[in-house]
Amino acid sequence: MEDLKNLPTLTRKDFVSSQEVRWCPGCGDYSILAQAQKTMADMGIPREKFVVVSGIGCSSRMPYYVNTYGFHTIHGRAPTVATGIKVANPDLNVWVVTGDGDSLSIGGNHTLHALRKNIDLKILLFNNQIYGLTKGQYSPTSELGKKTKSSPYGSVDYPLSPLSFAAGAGATFIARTLASDPVHMGEVMGQAAKHRGVAFVEILQNCVIFNDNAYGELTEKETRPERILQLEQGKPLVFGKDRKKGIRLNGLTPEIVELGDDVKESDLLVHDAGRAGLNYAFLLAEMESPFPIPIGIFHREDRPTLDQMIHAQVAQARKALGEGDLMKVFRSGEVWEVA
Amino acid sequence: MKKDIEELQDVVIRFAGDSGDGMQLTGTQFTKTTAVLGNDIATLPDYPSEIRAPQGSLAGVSAFQINFSSRDIRTPGDDPNVLVAMNPAALKTSLKDLVEGGILVINEDAFNAQNLAKAGYATNPLEDSALSRYLVYRIPITTMTVSALKDSGISKKEMDRSRNFFALGLMFWLFQRPMDITVEWIRKKFSKDKNIAEANVLALTAGYNYGENAEVIKKHYRIAPAKNVPGTYRNITGNEAAALGFLTAAKLANTPLFYGSYPITPASDILHELSKHKNFGVLTLQAEDEIAAMGATIGASFAGLMALTGTSGPGLSLKSEAMGLAVMTELPMVIANVQRGGPSTGLPTKTEQSDLLQAMYGRHSECPLAVVAPATSADCFQMAVEAFRIAVKFMTPVIYLSDGYLANGTEPWRIPEIDSLPKIEVKHPTDPASFKPYARDEKTLSRPWAIPGTPGLEHRIGGLEKLNIQGTVSHDPANHDVMMHLRAEKIERIADHIPLQEVFGKPEGKVLVVGWGGTYGAITSAVEELQKEYSVSSIHIRYLNPFPKNLGEILSKFETIIVPELNLGQLAHLLRAKYLVEAISFPKVQGQPFKIREIIDGIKKIMETKGGSSWKI
Repeated sequence: MEDLKNLPTLTRKDFVSSQEVRWCPGCGDYSILAQAQKTMADMGIPREKFVVVSGIGCSSRMPYYVNTYGFHTIHGRAPTVATGIKVANPDLNVWVVTGDGDSLSIGGNHTLHALRKNIDLKILLFNNQIYGLTKGQYSPTSELGKKTKSSPYGSVDYPLSPLSFAAGAGATFIARTLASDPVHMGEVMGQAAKHRGVAFVEILQNCVIFNDNAYGELTEKETRPERILQLEQGKPLVFGKDRKKGIRLNGLTPEIVELGDDVKESDLLVHDAGRAGLNYAFLLAEMESPFPIPIGIFHREDRPTLDQMIHAQVAQARKALGEGDLMKVFRSGEVWEVA
Repeated sequence: MKKDIEELQDVVIRFAGDSGDGMQLTGTQFTKTTAVLGNDIATLPDYPSEIRAPQGSLAGVSAFQINFSSRDIRTPGDDPNVLVAMNPAALKTSLKDLVEGGILVINEDAFNAQNLAKAGYATNPLEDSALSRYLVYRIPITTMTVSALKDSGISKKEMDRSRNFFALGLMFWLFQRPMDITVEWIRKKFSKDKNIAEANVLALTAGYNYGENAEVIKKHYRIAPAKNVPGTYRNITGNEAAALGFLTAAKLANTPLFYGSYPITPASDILHELSKHKNFGVLTLQAEDEIAAMGATIGASFAGLMALTGTSGPGLSLKSEAMGLAVMTELPMVIANVQRGGPSTGLPTKTEQSDLLQAMYGRHSECPLAVVAPATSADCFQMAVEAFRIAVKFMTPVIYLSDGYLANGTEPWRIPEIDSLPKIEVKHPTDPASFKPYARDEKTLSRPWAIPGTPGLEHRIGGLEKLNIQGTVSHDPANHDVMMHLRAEKIERIADHIPLQEVFGKPEGKVLVVGWGGTYGAITSAVEELQKEYSVSSIHIRYLNPFPKNLGEILSKFETIIVPELNLGQLAHLLRAKYLVEAISFPKVQGQPFKIREIIDGIKKIMETKGGSSWKI
């Protein structure tokens, strides 16, 4: 116990780098950066054990601002570099910072496989539904018909739900939060940080320049209670200004119901992120208007991670065969002597 | 029956059959036994890219050629003296290569109307004079195998499948090889099904006994062991040698090996081999695609491992962008590219040397890195170690440029003593006070390899241009200029740390033949032959970027420079650009290696057009 007392206690400031932060004034990324730094400080892990890896885009500048090891890679490829780092040294705490274009368009394949393989990475997806750094083209999460510089007549692309994608890929931790809600974001990040396995957190983040107010309904005081469904473990799915609305299952289909004499809370779907399988996570992820947008932890499960299994195989091989002997391998098969 | 024995110096056998006939296995087994007998050997597997091409078709022919000798040989042989043809398609594709008077072993059971039609024979070549120039052994191999196995307790279909062992047994008898190594191998391979194992042994023995007893076969042959350099030898493919070289480099660096790769022909065997050696602490990752394999390799390097990825041409294209990141972040790693015929999917199972310019320049912007290329299958071991030695010393990605011919071909490898190999020094800084991410070593210009987990050295790297010394992001014009020159200069300085180029033959003269990669055997043998009459020397470049320091001087000592390559003149292009010499390209792009004779003829022809009769010695 004595050792525990001597552990250095870190604060958010220890994770602030000397680099000037260069996001636009009012950008949602500032709040995400602050919560990420705070979450890292709270983990009780020395600073040098963290590696923050990113791709390309506004969000991906984040590693420069966090005083840990960091790697600003290339467009879409952050999960691949992060995988190499984590597999090489599972002792490191590896975070991936990415955006909707980076992770779901150019890097979709890597996101899919990082999730599928359950690599112990914490993936923060900053979803602002726009390409910001290239100055405003529609992204794979932009709504159909969106007018942008590259779609002056409206986009003809159907959007993708990042969390449906994560559920489809079999992610072991799936969550959503709002950049405008630091308390909720801090809680979700803290849970993601504790998860052993791949943690996929979609953060709804506002781009003030190219897509301002994309989430206005979800964040403004007046509309938020009607538009947000805050998930709480073990609690029924209730929302609304006076918390009189709920989500009930009708067969396999969710429906909005008014609580009252006919419908009790006990009739509602109860939130359990630990349900077996991914149907429930998928159901939540597919909820869009007129349904409220769920935030919180959709799904979590424990499963051996890729990095664990790779190292376990090495350990097993060493146990079974002994430490590798090169000369023995050289001489395997038929050998002959020339005198 | 006592039969005559004839003494031969070298023999080239080609086993050819349908892809399902087990020709690669037959050839490999013959090779193993021949290697252990002490003959010098070189082999060439040649198979279609389909796993099971249409049965009996010309496209489905799979062949394995072995050259074995009592003297030092360097290639799998130009043309076979012995052809084993298991079906009409195999005969049709290979007969043109068989030397006049050569031995032709034919499975006559396969020469039915259906197979003849599939091979495009209007008439049965066994029944006309088409084969009169050869010593033909028509043997009902399938029938004899089935009859030998009638009491073996296996199905008719399985009996049929043993026919390649009958053919192998016959070849063992014909060239006086013992069967025990193959018998042992069969029993181990088929240990789960004793009936199959014993049936295969029986088929092998039946083939051997057929040679002994059949009246049509009058004699057999003896090839004395070669006089190789003393030592312990094994037979090895280039890909196996490379895998062992990478494993050795990790051992010499006392650092675990990471191999991130996506399956691709003909590089996959490196992944297979390394995946076996987990007890060396090797971490293998089969990535979701080529790009991911490259990214993971960069990540593993950043984390401090001996990071390796492997691929072939199309994969190298996909990795290009991430290789730029590796150059920008100046991290050590090796990219093994086992070349195949291109462009695009090209000829996946055939060899070519057409990725040289891609290796040199195939990235956007100024993106220099080191390139090395093994010259023989056994040399793949040494150049794999060299690739890592350069990578770590200079903090740079290094491309190891092999090819399908080296990768799948085999030759005897003299097993080195691991203790005799120089260590690879790995340094990771730990002192926060003196640490600057892009400070440079005075001699090598390499930057420090600071790895995550080291307290006080937290820093950020990435694809954006770096401020010299500090390593933070910089868009300063003058700094970019400095960094561009530093990255180029660093690669140039590798030339001070690699061996000088050696010359085969006299250091000056009329003609210099310049090669690189898997053409070493054919070029050297051709030049050796030409040297009897002409003033010809050759060099084989194993360090392609940078070139050895004395290369320009060597080139200047010859009147004519000829560059045989399995591409349309890529090395010739580099030599012309760098040394302003008139390098004459002698290309071949057929997916097949050079034959010795092709090079001899090609060089003679060039010499004639250049007035080279006066170049005789």
